[in-house]
Amino acid sequence: MTPVELSFSDFLIAASSLLIASALSVRLSLRMHAPLVVAALRMIAQLVLVGIALRYVIAASRAPVTLSVAALMIAAAVREVHSRQKHHFSGWRRYGLGGLPVAVSAVFITGLALTTALRQDEWLAPQHAIPLIGIILGTVLNSTSLALNTMLDKIHRERRAIEAQLLLGADRRTALREISSAAAHNGLIPVINQMAGAGIITMPGIMTGQILAGMDPLAAARYQILLMLLLAGAGALSVVIATRLCIASVTDHRHRLRLGRVAQD
Amino acid sequence: MQSGSVSAAPDPTEALHIANVSKGAGFPALTLTIPAGECVVLSGPSGVGKSTLLRLIVDLDPGIGSARIGNRIREEIPAYEWRKMVAYVPADSGWWAPRVSDHMSDESRARSLLAPLGLPERLMASSPDDLSSGERQRLALIRAMIRQPRFMLLDEPTASLDPATARLVENEMIRATKNGLGLLVVSHDPDQIARLSDRHYVLSATGVAGPLP
Repeated sequence: MTPVELSFSDFLIAASSLLIASALSVRLSLRMHAPLVVAALRMIAQLVLVGIALRYVIAASRAPVTLSVAALMIAAAVREVHSRQKHHFSGWRRYGLGGLPVAVSAVFITGLALTTALRQDEWLAPQHAIPLIGIILGTVLNSTSLALNTMLDKIHRERRAIEAQLLLGADRRTALREISSAAAHNGLIPVINQMAGAGIITMPGIMTGQILAGMDPLAAARYQILLMLLLAGAGALSVVIATRLCIASVTDHRHRLRLGRVAQD
Repeated sequence: MQSGSVSAAPDPTEALHIANVSKGAGFPALTLTIPAGECVVLSGPSGVGKSTLLRLIVDLDPGIGSARIGNRIREEIPAYEWRKMVAYVPADSGWWAPRVSDHMSDESRARSLLAPLGLPERLMASSPDDLSSGERQRLALIRAMIRQPRFMLLDEPTASLDPATARLVENEMIRATKNGLGLLVVSHDPDQIARLSDRHYVLSATGVAGPLP
């Protein structure tokens, strides 16, 4: 497989549509040019820096270095889940509620893949482990954020209905069953949409990249199927953990709703 | 809903004992006994904490103090079992399912209570969102009564009702107490207090006065 060589002019051509859109934004007072350009510049800087860093990590090819990079990525994802929440907890729940589902599901599914289907001679080889945990973290980050936001929003809006069920003798899991089910469904929408549209409506990113880089399309499709199964599993696992932890966090052992633990932005 | 029940067979003559139940230091505390088959009325100025005390008795909020029925101590049994014995109907109850009948654990028993409370049968098929606050309040009472609790805590159960309909609800409450139900009712209406109460307490910021003569 021969990598595609890109010149500076190739990037300029790719960026021309962005420049045209920005010019139109200025002309039509849409005020989207600044965030668009800032986001594009930030993306370029991030990816160049990551590329440079990964060169060193891959060249070093040492398990402690790979694990440190993975831990940094997980920590960044945990922080991102926290920042995407409209409702914030205090104490261990502040980062634990979003962090545990992200960390546990990403580590478990990445470990499972690297030790089985994607096993290499060196199972912690950074060129495999780091991109894999990166793509899995992206999925679990979205699933966990969506599930938690849905659940906490609904709990706040439907407080009286939940308490009515508790008052009639329901335990906390029963009283929150409908809400946690809706939250899990919302959390998995991106994963389900991704699988439903794969190859028909959208070309998955990894498969596209591999075909563009010269890989046989069927081989690229097989690799993509494997990845999507892993992503679906990771998303589902993170949603299950997030909804269970959320129930435990907004209620107590006496089956009482404890919304005082949650602050709203 | 949990289907289990408390292990020992309940004694229908046991009273509900409430001792120093309060939100905490600086809040009024409530100590009283509600015998089976009696109606105790609690009144007091708005905002003094009457509803809060009812929530504390039913263990819906954390607080201090204790509650027991006979020798069954609230903290020693699961909260959902306690709430099956001690039902609380707030002034504005929540609803979670599309139709009223979906909220009723025993639909035929619920239907038998509609007419005595002045409600038409068709309401069972209605959405709770389409009902008036007075209809919802009476249906919430039915929803709790059909589960046959030993005691009921009612927060202004006739607040949204006209006088004639309020009397229907009072009659049903009197009938229920004659069948052994113990009631703790929050009310601001002096005439209603006179009609219903076996004992009347007044809650203020400093504590509870009563029973009043």
